Amino acid sequence: MDKILRVDMGAEGGPKTRIEPVGEFAGLGGRAMTTAIVSREVHPLCHPLGAENKLVIAPGSLSGTAASMSGRISVGCKSPLTGGIKESNAGGQAAQVLARLGYAAIVLEGKPEGDDLYKIFINKDGVQVSVDNSLKNLNNYPLVEKLQGQYGERAAFMTIGIAGEMKLLAASIACTDPEKRPTRHCGRGGTGAVMGAKRVKAIILDDAGLKMRPPKDPEKFRDANRRFVEGLRKHPITGEGLPAYGTNVLTNVLNEAGAYPTNNFRTGRFGGAARIAGEVQAELEVKRGGSATHGCHRGCVIQCSGIYHDKDGNYVTKQPEYETVWAHGGNCGIDDLDVIARLDYLDDNFGVDTMDTGAAVGVAMEAGLIPFGDGPGAIRLVEEIGKGTPLGRILGCGAAVTGKVFGVERVPVCKGQAMAAYDPRSVMGIGVTYATSTQGADHTAGYSVGPNILKSGGNLDPLNPEGQVEMSRNLQIATAAVDSTGMCLFIAFPLLDQPDTFQALLDMIGAFHGVPVTGDDVTALGKSILKMERDFNTRAGFSKADDRLPRFFLQEPIPPHNVTFTVKDEDLDNVFNW
Amino acid sequence: MQVTVKLFATFRKGRFDVEVREVPPGTTVSRIVEEAKLPEKEIGIVLVNSRHADLAKALADGDTLAIFPLVGGG
Repeated sequence: MDKILRVDMGAEGGPKTRIEPVGEFAGLGGRAMTTAIVSREVHPLCHPLGAENKLVIAPGSLSGTAASMSGRISVGCKSPLTGGIKESNAGGQAAQVLARLGYAAIVLEGKPEGDDLYKIFINKDGVQVSVDNSLKNLNNYPLVEKLQGQYGERAAFMTIGIAGEMKLLAASIACTDPEKRPTRHCGRGGTGAVMGAKRVKAIILDDAGLKMRPPKDPEKFRDANRRFVEGLRKHPITGEGLPAYGTNVLTNVLNEAGAYPTNNFRTGRFGGAARIAGEVQAELEVKRGGSATHGCHRGCVIQCSGIYHDKDGNYVTKQPEYETVWAHGGNCGIDDLDVIARLDYLDDNFGVDTMDTGAAVGVAMEAGLIPFGDGPGAIRLVEEIGKGTPLGRILGCGAAVTGKVFGVERVPVCKGQAMAAYDPRSVMGIGVTYATSTQGADHTAGYSVGPNILKSGGNLDPLNPEGQVEMSRNLQIATAAVDSTGMCLFIAFPLLDQPDTFQALLDMIGAFHGVPVTGDDVTALGKSILKMERDFNTRAGFSKADDRLPRFFLQEPIPPHNVTFTVKDEDLDNVFNW
Repeated sequence: MQVTVKLFATFRKGRFDVEVREVPPGTTVSRIVEEAKLPEKEIGIVLVNSRHADLAKALADGDTLAIFPLVGGG
C-alpha cells in the first residue's frame, strides 16, 4: 500500500487519474487515512455534494495481509447528512482486494458536468474510468449481477443504488461479500450521495495475480495472529454468542434491561421483542435452509452474519443485524422477522442506511402517516425510496429531514444522524457518545453499551451519569484507532477483557511493520484522529450546542426506569479534554 | 412466593425459555442458578426487574429474573 490513486472526476475532457506515492500519509489506514486526507484537503465549508468535497476510500492498515478480521474498508468525506466529517466503514471483500492492489487510498475529486455515469475498474495493470450509462437507475443487486457478468467471479464491487444516484442523505455505499452480494454497507452519513454526486456508480476491484501483503517479520506475525485468533475463539462473545446468534442476540438483552427504544423512543420495552430476537432468528434461518453463521469477508473467524431465507427457502437477504432488526422492528412496533428481512433487502438494494431509514419510518409513524406496527405499510414507505417519489426522497434523507418535513418533535438524532438501538436515557454512556461523537449519533464510535449493559470491558451503572464521560472518551479514542487497522470492531470485546489478546494484536501490528507497537501508540493514534475530526467540525461551524442530545431526552422520562438523560452539559464539554 | 425466571441464548439449550416458579422467601439469584444447573463462570448478565444484580441478590415476590451468558454485538 505505497500509493494513492486520485481520480479527478471533473477534469476537462473527462475524468483523469493519477497515481502518487503515499508520501506524508504513509503508514495510515482506514479511518486515520480518510480523516487525514479529508481534514487537510477538503474545505470544511464546502457543499458536501459539490466539486470541492472528496470521497476517500481506504483499506485498513492490516487489510490485505493474513491478519484475521482485517477486512474493514473506510470511506470518508464531508457528510451531506451531518455537515461534519464522516468516516463510515464496512466489511465485505473490498478492503482486502484494494489493499492487495497496493492502494492505501482512492480519492475521488471534483465533479463532472452532464449526466453521464461512470465506473472505475482497477486491477494489477492499472485503472480505467469509463462512461457506462447502461448502469443508470440500477439498484445494487441487479447492478452487481450485471457487472459480474462483465468482470467475472473474482472481482469485489463497491456500488451505489438509486438512492446514491438521487443523492439522498442516507445513501450508502455497498460492498460485496464473499458470495458477491451487495450486503455490507458503508451505511452512515450519506457517503453514497457523495459518490453519486461525483457520478461514480461502481468501483470494480480485481486482485487477480496479486499476493497477500507480506509482513516484515513473517514468523512473529504468524505467531501473533495465532494467539489473536485463539483469543477471539476463547472469548464467549466472539467465540460463541456472535457465531451462534449474530448481533441480534442483543434484542432480548436491551429489552430486558428496559433500554430498547420502542415506537420511536417512547418506551424502553417492546412486547414483540421475543418474536424478533436473535435466538428465534437463528433458529428460523437454519430451519429454512439459510444459515445462522456466516462471515462477511474471508479471514473472519467470528462469523457473526447469516443468510435469511423466506418460508419457501428462497434467499431474501443477509442476516439482518441487531441495529436493523431494531430500527425496522421495535422502533416501528413491528414484530415480524419476514417484514424486517424484506426491509433489510430493500435498504441494501436501493442503497440506504438501515438505521437512518428505520428511524425515518419511525418518525413517519409518529407523524401519523401509518400506525406503529404496520409492517406492510413500512414496506410500502421504503419502496417509495426506490421509486424516487417525493415521499421516498424525504424518507431516504433520514430521520432528521423526515421529522422536519412532517413537523415531528420527537426525532432521535444528533448532528442530523439517527441514533441506534440503545436509549440514551437508560444507557447514559451511549448517550454521551451519541451527543459528542464527531460522526453524529453513532453507537460504534464509543460503544459504552459494553460496560453499561453487557458488563464487558468494564462495569458501570447505565442509569447513573457518574463516570460515563470518561468511559465514552476512552472508548472513542480506542475505537478511532481500531477503525484505522481494518479490524472489525467486535475484536474489542476480547481485547478489553483479555490483556493477552490485546498484546497479540500489538505484536501483530509490530511484526507487520517491523517496528514494536505499544498500547500508548494506539492511544496516541486514536487521539490524533479525534483531534483532526473535531478540528474539521469546528471549522465547519460546529459548537458545543451540537454536542447535545435532543431536548426531549432530558425532559421525557422513559419507562420502565422512568429516567431522563442526566449527564451534565459541562461534563459533555469535557469529553475531548484529555 | 412467585418469581419469573427467563433464560437466554445458550442457557436455553436443554433448559427453558421462561418459567414461573414457586420459591421460598429469601431465595437468592445464586439459588436459582444452582437449581437450573447454570455454569456460574459463564454467567454474563443478571437482571432483576430490569436492573443489573449480582448472584447474592435476594428475590422478592413477583420479581422477574433474567439471566444471560456473556453476549455482545451492536
